[in-house]
Order: sequence, then structure tokens, then C-alpha cells
Amino acid sequence: MEKRIVIPGDLLSDDIKVSGSGTYVADGSVRAAVYGLMNVGERYISVIPLAGKYIPQTSDRVIGVVTEITYSNWIVDINSPYDGLLHISQYPRRIEIEQMDRYLKVGDCILTMVKDVDASMKVELTLRDKDRELRRLSDGRIVAISPTKMPRVIGRSGSMIRLLKSEIGCNMFVGQNGRIWINGSEDRIDLAIQAVRYIEANAHTPGLTDRMQAFLKAKKKTRFGKTHEDEDGEEW
Amino acid sequence: MNEKPEHFIVDGKRLDGRRVDELRSIKIEIGTLDRADGSCYLEWGNNKILAAVYGPRELHPRHRQKMTRSVVQFRYNMASFSVDERIRPGPSRRSIEISKVSREAFEPVVFTKFFPKTSIDVFVEVLQAGAGTRTAGINAASLALADAGIPMRGLVSACAVGKVDGELVLDLMKEEDNYGEADMPVVMTAGGQITLLQMDGHLTTEEFYRALELAKTGCDKVYELQRQALIKKYSEEYTAEIEDEYIEDAAPEGDADE
Repeated sequence: MEKRIVIPGDLLSDDIKVSGSGTYVADGSVRAAVYGLMNVGERYISVIPLAGKYIPQTSDRVIGVVTEITYSNWIVDINSPYDGLLHISQYPRRIEIEQMDRYLKVGDCILTMVKDVDASMKVELTLRDKDRELRRLSDGRIVAISPTKMPRVIGRSGSMIRLLKSEIGCNMFVGQNGRIWINGSEDRIDLAIQAVRYIEANAHTPGLTDRMQAFLKAKKKTRFGKTHEDEDGEEW
Repeated sequence: MNEKPEHFIVDGKRLDGRRVDELRSIKIEIGTLDRADGSCYLEWGNNKILAAVYGPRELHPRHRQKMTRSVVQFRYNMASFSVDERIRPGPSRRSIEISKVSREAFEPVVFTKFFPKTSIDVFVEVLQAGAGTRTAGINAASLALADAGIPMRGLVSACAVGKVDGELVLDLMKEEDNYGEADMPVVMTAGGQITLLQMDGHLTTEEFYRALELAKTGCDKVYELQRQALIKKYSEEYTAEIEDEYIEDAAPEGDADE
């Protein structure tokens, strides 16, 4: 369905039961609270904002940068108005307080998860998880886009990110906070960044995955000087 | 400074040729500033205004943080070159007052409760002033807030009404503002709820109610322009990107390093 651009205050529905995110209820009708695209779901009408800051929520996976080490906590910039706190006990293994900077230094990037957010917006992070996916990022590159555009980089049930990974042949991780970690050879990272920038510029338009396919095809012809079939056999 | 004209209205037309219920021309550009979270450049008659919004962001000093909501901060400032005679830069009694009333015009419409401990900072810079800078600044700030993705109950629109030659006129120009009998800036939502109303000069009760009605028609017109500007921003970018795409595809890149 064509998504309509709405502005704050626009009337979306007269049925207050359908009020979803980015909307509010006033005088028995649902209205848009943010400037964005109206999204009519099965049960709810929501508005997907076109801009905005990342507000942490429990179990979000985010990419952070250590900015400060305090007694028993690492303070982590998570591209949000609120700082993240990574407690020493949330490091995957037991470490002594004196040795905190041996494991994570100021400036280190980490792939981390929001463990809890309380009412005063104290954000607790963790590096402990079952799959051992959370870790310090020691290679690759990180690009940042607007957190509101991040869902388009992932695509419907991960279709876009799967396309990017397989077509470009690089490893990617998209944090909920709008930071994207990309790893692979330098030229593949360059191409992946171009693709991400393309999504960012066109995040409000429909049919992105199809156009991305065409975009990558054209880019790869000029960039790698070989066709897409040649690449499948290559090991990375 | 120009002299007081003998008549403000001749044959139903004002000094600049407008009818009594006509606005000056408005030009709106959204997203002008790259570093701001939301921005707007607005021209309204001779006014040239830049508005920028930053936030929600961490509020310093910490003791001013509110634990349950965000704090709206508004700064109205006139550039020293914005008027005929250079004005001293920095806050003045007038600009502090305008900042305060403008902030209060936004507080009822912004959903501050979603962002505890933060501030939403609005900056309005008047680059060129020509009567009605506070209303122009509020209109620009309203759009910059929307552009920044700040949740709001709705946009606010602002327009002034005044009285010259004993007649009510919409959207005062400089001479009417300086020598008129009354000047009344009004800020309201699309639903007609008033968030700011000031008056200087004299109106009778009956005139006041008529003026309010006139202001409402002005605000409605402004709102329609604001709405068009917001919708245009994304439809334009979309077509621009598609053109780029073709150009990029057509031009082979000279990457010989492989």
C-alpha cells in the first residue's frame, strides 16, 4: 500500500482502538503525533517517523562506544540522549575492577544489548548472551544513519539485510540505535556503505529491496568489473 | 525611518497593495541546516528567519532536568544587521520576553513526557526583520520541530492582526506596525486552540472578537502553507534521488585500482 505522509495533528481514524505508535488519541479520534509515514497495519494504525533520536528499550541490540570508565561501570555512548552503563558484572567473564581498562578502553566499540531501562532512563547494558554474539568490535567499520531509518536497512523480516550480505559478500550488523557495523574487504565495505546511504536517502519510498537489487547490480559492474555470477564462488 | 503615511488604506487597498485580510507572501524551506536535528528557513514579507531544533538531548546543568519530562528551551535572537540601525548583539529585554512567550506557545503542543531528563532546544535567528518577527519565528520553529521528529499534538501557526485607520487588518507590515492603533499576535493550533495571544494598543471588545476571527483565517492560511511545505520536502527528495540514480548508472566510474 502507498504510504501517506502525515504531519502532527492529522486525523487518522475515528476508531480509538487502532491507535498505534506515533499516534495519540484526542476527542475520540486518532491523530498523528509525529511527521512521518502513515502505516495501516492489521490492528493498529501507526506513524513511522522520518527523523528522531534513538530511545533505548529493553533487549535492543545496539552498537556503542566506550566514553568513560568509572568505578565498576563503563559509560557507553549509544547514539541516544541517554548514556548506557555497562557494569563490570555484565562482562562475559569475571574481571578485577583494577583491570577494567585492559578489557575495554575508552574509544572501544562494542556490540551490546540493552538489559534494562528504568523510569529515570538509566540504561543498563550487557555483553552476556547465549550465542556469544555480543562482543568488542576489533575490526570492520561503523556507519551511522538516522535510527528511524534503520528498519528499512533490515527490511521485512530481514529481507534487505540478507540481500546486502549475500550480494556484497560482507558481514553486517545493524544496531537498533542506527549504527551499522560492516566487515569484509575494503572495497566491499565501501560498496556496503554506499548501499546503506542509498537506503537512508530513500527510506521513505516503497519497493526499496527491488531497487536495491538493481542498484547493487549496476554498482558491481562498474566497481568490481565483473558480473554477479563470478562472485558466488569466491571465498571471503 | 520612513514617515507616518497619511492614510493606511486607500480604496480598500493597503500601502503594499494588499486587501485588509491578505497575508504577505510566505516562502518556506525545510531541512536547511545539516547539523541541526530539524530546521526551517522562512521568508514572510521582508522577514527572513532561520529556525533550528536540537534534541531531545541531555540537559545541562543537571539540576534543571525534569525527571518525568523534557524541558523546552527557546531562544529568539535578532542579528545585529537585521534592522536599519544596528542593534546591540545579545539578549535584550525584548528578545528575552519573546523567547519566553514563544516557549510557552509550544509547551502545550509538544509531548514532553516521552523524553525525561532531556531538553528540546529551539533557536530562532532573525536575519532580516520587517514586522511580525515573533509570529514568523514561531511558524518556522513549529516546522523545525516537526522536521526534527519531535512528537506534537499538532503544528502551531501564528499570525498578527492590527488596526489602522480604524479598520482591522491582517498581518501587519512595518508602517502599520509602527504607526497603527493596535497590534495583536495570535498563535493557535489547527483546531483553533490559542497558545499565545498578546496585544499592544487599543481595541474595543467587539473589535477584539472580530480581530480574533480574522487572526484565525490568517492562521489557517499559514497552516496550509506549513503543511504543504512538509509534504513537499519528501516528495521532492524522492524525485531528486531517482534522477541521481540514472546519472550514476549512466556514468561509468573510473575505478582502475582493481
